[in-house]
Amino acid sequence: MNTKGKVFKYPDNVDTDVIIPARYLNTANAQELALHCMEDIDTEFVKKVEKGDVMVAGWNFGCGSSREHAPLVIKTCGTGCVIAKSFARIFYRNAINIGLPILECEEAAEEINANDEVSVDFDTGLITNHTSGKTYKAQPFPPFIQNIIKCGGLLKSLKEGENND
Amino acid sequence: MTQKILAAHAGLESVTAGQLINAKLDIVLGNDITTPVAVNEFQKAGFNKVFDKDRVAIVLDHFVPNKDIKAAEQSKQCREFACSHCVSHFYDVGKMGIEHALLPEQGVVTAGDCIIGADSHTCTYGALGAFSTGVGSTDMAAGMATGTAWFKVPSAIKFNLKNKLPSNCSGKDVILTIIGMIGVDGALYKSMEFCGDGVASLSMDDRLCICNMAIEAGAKNGIFPVDEVTKAYLNGRCERNPVVYEADTDAEYEKVIDIDLSEIVPTVACPHLPENTHPASELTDIKIDQVVIGSCTNGRMEDMETAYKILNGKKVACGVRCIIIPGTMQILRECVEKGYYTAFIDAGAVVSTPTCGPCLGGYMGILAAGERCIATTNRNFVGRMGHTESEVYLASPATAAASALTGYITHPKEV
Repeated sequence: MNTKGKVFKYPDNVDTDVIIPARYLNTANAQELALHCMEDIDTEFVKKVEKGDVMVAGWNFGCGSSREHAPLVIKTCGTGCVIAKSFARIFYRNAINIGLPILECEEAAEEINANDEVSVDFDTGLITNHTSGKTYKAQPFPPFIQNIIKCGGLLKSLKEGENND
Repeated sequence: MTQKILAAHAGLESVTAGQLINAKLDIVLGNDITTPVAVNEFQKAGFNKVFDKDRVAIVLDHFVPNKDIKAAEQSKQCREFACSHCVSHFYDVGKMGIEHALLPEQGVVTAGDCIIGADSHTCTYGALGAFSTGVGSTDMAAGMATGTAWFKVPSAIKFNLKNKLPSNCSGKDVILTIIGMIGVDGALYKSMEFCGDGVASLSMDDRLCICNMAIEAGAKNGIFPVDEVTKAYLNGRCERNPVVYEADTDAEYEKVIDIDLSEIVPTVACPHLPENTHPASELTDIKIDQVVIGSCTNGRMEDMETAYKILNGKKVACGVRCIIIPGTMQILRECVEKGYYTAFIDAGAVVSTPTCGPCLGGYMGILAAGERCIATTNRNFVGRMGHTESEVYLASPATAAASALTGYITHPKEV
C-alpha cells in the first residue's frame, strides 16, 4: 500500500474542531461533512486537495474531541496519508479503526514543506520527498494494528476473527 | 492503579506499559453525535445484538431537545437502536443529562470499572477509581458487539497533591494549572494518576472536573484513589458493586509532579489552547460578552451552588449574556428546589435544560465574530463556540460568575 501526492502543511495541535467543526455534526454523512474539512484554518483545502495528497503536521495532531468524523472527512477528501510529529491518542486510534493511514515521523514533519511532492510506502514506513530528494523512515505499525488495517478496519477484523474461531 | 484495573479486565496477573491487551468492558457509552456513526458501522458489519443490554449506555445530550431537523434524525436513529436492542441505560429528553454528569449521578459507572465511551470526556469517571477512556464510534460499535476493546497499556504520571485548596478555588483551577504546566500533549498516551494527602480535601465534584479535563493534556485517562469521599458518593447509588484497586507503594511512574493545592489561584485558559493559562487576576482588562456556566466539566451541583452564592441578589453586568446550564435533570430540579433557579433569573441570567450545546458550538449560546466568552467548559480552540474570530476563556464557575457581574474577567474575591 502506498500513496503519492502534494503536501498540505499544518502547525502543532491541529484539533478536531478545526478538522470538522461541531456545527456540522448534525449529520453522519461523510460526503456532506467532507465539504467542510479544515475550513476553520484553511478554506482552500477542500478546493485544492486531490486523491493521494498528504497532510503534514506538527505535534499532537487531532487533539480534542473523540469525533471519528475527523479522520473520516480527511480520508473522504481523498487524503492518502497524514504524517505528523505526534498524534492525539483518540485520533490515532480512530484513524486506524477507519483505515486512514497515519505515520509519526518528527524529521519528515519538520522538513517537508507545503506543496512538496511526497510518496509514502505504508508497509515499510518509507517517506520520499521527491521535491527535495530526501527520504525518511517512519516506524511501521505493530503487527496487531497492521492486521486491523489489512482487514479494512476494526469491525472487519473482528468479523474475520469470529469466522476463524 | 490503571494497570491493575486493565490487568484484571484482561484476565492477566499483571500488565506492563506498552503491552497490547484485549480487555472486558463494564460500560460502553455513546451520545447523539457519535452513536449514529457507531450504529451504521455496527449494522454494516452485520452484528445483530449488543453484548449486554445492561452494559450499553446511550445518552442524547449534545443537540437535544433537537436543534434542527438533521439533529432530530440523529436522535431518532439512536432512539430506534436503543429500543430495538432494549438498551436499559438509554436517556432521552426528560431524563437525560450531560453524559458525564449523568452516569456517575445515576450510578451507572462505579469504582473498578473498565469503561469506553465515544466521547473524549469519558475520562471523567476516573474520579470514581475506574479506568475510563474516550474512543471513537467504531470502537463503540466493536465494544457494543463484543464487550471488549483493545488497549495499549499506558505508562503513568503521578500527581502528588498536597494541602488544601484556597476557598475561592476549585477542581477546575487545579486541572487548568496542571495543563498550563505540562501542556496539551504533556500526558499524551499516558495515565494521569492523582494521589497524595491533598486528595482527601477534594470533593467528588472537584475530582470529576479534574479527571474530565485529563484529555486536554492528551491523557488516556485520569484516575483518583478510592477513599471515604468516593465510598460516601457511591453508597446507595450504584447498581453494581464497586471494586477497589490500590496503587502499589512501589508502582512505577514515568514522572512524579508535586502540586501544592494551597498555592493554586483562580486560573483562566486564554484562546486558543487550554494550556494557555494565566491567573485570573492578570486578565482584568479583558471585556466579555457572554458567560457560560455548565458542561460536563462544571455543570454539577457544587458548580451551581458556587454560581448561586456569587450571583444571588446581584445583577449580571449590562451587555453580558449569562447562560447557566445544570448538567442533569436532577441538578436542574435541585436548583429549582433550593431557589437557585429564581436567583439566577433575578440576576439576569438564563437557565437552560441540560445540554452540551454551546460548549462545542452546537447551539444555545453561539458567538459572533469578535465576541468573547468566559466559560466553565473544557476547550477554547478556534471556532469552538461559534465564529472563528470569537474567543473562549476557560475558567472555574466562581471566576465565570464573578466575571458575569463585572463584564470583565474577574477574580472571585473581587465580588
